[in-house]
Amino acid sequence: MEKVQLFVTCMGENLLPDVLQKMVGLLERMGVQCEFPEAQTCCGQPFFNSGFQAEGREMALRWMKAFADTEGYIVAPSGSCVEFVKHRYPAMFPGGSEEHQRAVQIAARVFEFSQFLVHILKITDVGASFPHRVACHSPCHLTRGLGVRTEQQQLLRAVRGLDLIPFNESETCCGFGGIFSVVYPEVSKAMVYEKVRHIVASGAEAVVVSEPGCLVNIRGGLRKMHSDVRAMHLIEILTERGAA
Amino acid sequence: MKEITEKIDFRENARTASPAIVAATQKSTRTALQKRAEVVTEFGEERWQRLRRAGHDLRLHTMIHLDRYLSQLEEKVIAAGGQVHWATDAEEAKKIVLDLASRHDVRNVVKVKSMVTEEIDLNHALEERGIRVYETDLGEFIVQLAGQRPSHITAPALHMTKEEIAALFREKLQVDARPIPAELTELARQRLRREFLNADMGISGGNFLVAETGTLILVTNEGNGRMCTSLPPVHVAVVGIEKVIPDWESAAVMLRLLARSVSGSKITAYNTFITGVREGGPKEFHLVLLDNGRSRILADKVAREALLCIRCGVCMNTCPVYNQVGGYAYGAVYPGPIGSMLTPLLMGTRIAGGLPFASTLCGACAELCPVMIPIPEILLHLRRRFVEGDEFEAPSLTWAWKSVAKAVRFVLGSPSLYRLGSRLTRTFQAPLRRGDWLPSLPPPLNRWTLARPFPAFKGDFRGWWKDRKREEKSKGGKFNE
Repeated sequence: MEKVQLFVTCMGENLLPDVLQKMVGLLERMGVQCEFPEAQTCCGQPFFNSGFQAEGREMALRWMKAFADTEGYIVAPSGSCVEFVKHRYPAMFPGGSEEHQRAVQIAARVFEFSQFLVHILKITDVGASFPHRVACHSPCHLTRGLGVRTEQQQLLRAVRGLDLIPFNESETCCGFGGIFSVVYPEVSKAMVYEKVRHIVASGAEAVVVSEPGCLVNIRGGLRKMHSDVRAMHLIEILTERGAA
Repeated sequence: MKEITEKIDFRENARTASPAIVAATQKSTRTALQKRAEVVTEFGEERWQRLRRAGHDLRLHTMIHLDRYLSQLEEKVIAAGGQVHWATDAEEAKKIVLDLASRHDVRNVVKVKSMVTEEIDLNHALEERGIRVYETDLGEFIVQLAGQRPSHITAPALHMTKEEIAALFREKLQVDARPIPAELTELARQRLRREFLNADMGISGGNFLVAETGTLILVTNEGNGRMCTSLPPVHVAVVGIEKVIPDWESAAVMLRLLARSVSGSKITAYNTFITGVREGGPKEFHLVLLDNGRSRILADKVAREALLCIRCGVCMNTCPVYNQVGGYAYGAVYPGPIGSMLTPLLMGTRIAGGLPFASTLCGACAELCPVMIPIPEILLHLRRRFVEGDEFEAPSLTWAWKSVAKAVRFVLGSPSLYRLGSRLTRTFQAPLRRGDWLPSLPPPLNRWTLARPFPAFKGDFRGWWKDRKREEKSKGGKFNE
């Protein structure tokens, strides 16, 4: 049986606990044993990407410590946090250092949820059913950062009754960008409104946004623009059992 | 760059960007990207990626051995009858050009579109001496007539509509202009022909300098570059030292990358190769090699890749931020992602430290950059320079913000404080909470809620997990009985 350490992420834990609970349920249904290293907090990305690299490194060391004595894969419902651990951690510490070695080892264990399902468990059909028109946003760090470009679509195509529809500019950034959204709120706003306009124009009933930051941004944008399109994490769709 | 001494306020610039400029920007960048995608598909995706890699590697190699290639270039230019001038900064470069102009009693100058002459604000310096300067690239000509600056590096007037241009021509050129591109081009052509023939000096920048033969490469789409560098008796080329490439094999790689990235064409309409002084051409050829901060960037192992830039403009075309604000918001000569790197690198983060933050780090630019500049990586490097300082600059961030970051780090760094914080947000949000949402938050978080509500803090994943474990245990216990 595969063992998975849950990497819940700050946004996941504080804003999207339902997504996390569903992730646990789904993984267990796939025969995976889940564990939760309770000492985990933030991976350090918000600091590092805002220019506070020293704080980012400190957080990285703490995070690695929290997962150090665990075994198996480390899975998160976020491509951005995973990319940070996978690519940035090893680059943060000088080659040859003990920290670098630890970072390289831990990086190899970390996977984003859809990546884990498709490439490790080799599952694309989880038996879900969601008879609706669904558009799929491509989060930047998931697609460009981790190179996870088709996995979400593979999983969505296997969902009973789901009609996966294209939408314009689906690969364009939604305007979240972490610190960017508070440093330049007007630009961020223009970006998310444009994203929402494209989603609404597609005629979708739901839009898949599998990145906590983008999900919170797009969900809020849809609400602000009085749209009834539902923004959902991929996990939320894959746990739907509606009659097809 | 043009005497910018005050901090560039990207937020304010973005807030006041004209919606018409933004709309026109989006329209032209979309077309440019579409055309680019078509020629790249035709070229073959895999082959294109190999070409990009080759372009990156040869440009980086040249930067690492820049001293060698520059001295080879100088030697070859002189051997071909040209003259080489070295300019440490903008002032020196302007002085060299002005001295040449006064030596030849220059009254009229025709110019080829050039970002580096924008960077040193050359036109202004010439005009102050009573010299008339005519931009001959159609877009630059329009922008100059309007008294503006380019808003894009390859399409300077991209922010203007044909109606606006027609109105501008009617006003400034006193001609009957209709908003028909072909007719407007013809009007500009008629006007410029006179100036080409009158000019005492032609000034250009340069796309590449081929070290092995001392050749200046100029690519233009309108043929104006060829006119400016062959009709007037003196040709002065002002070129950044980073534009040098080793040889013609390199040129073949770079020209293919450039043409496809800029305009979606397989080859730019006019490729002009100038090697020193040649028969029938200008009697003098002067090459002004400009440093203006570039050698300082070269010493920075992360940021030096910004010098690989060939000014194709694709990073801004694809940038979702640039497309919402237009080129002027970047407050300096180079807009978009390349500007967010070059401006702080050339002018310091004290002035331009806000620009590296004008990015969501989405990576769209790096994905298309023909010379594979790791743009997000360099932006992160410059954010750090602004916040923490590094071996090149002292930090510019205020002490207050640093303390905030340290405090947050302290809380997030401790599992127990982190859990306490999570609990407190759930308690304290109560008065602000409306169902699943927090429609408005106190400053500075109102910067988020001015655009969209924030979701309510719902999370007690840890509590859920604990209950579940306890349940499992008790169930397990029963089972054992």
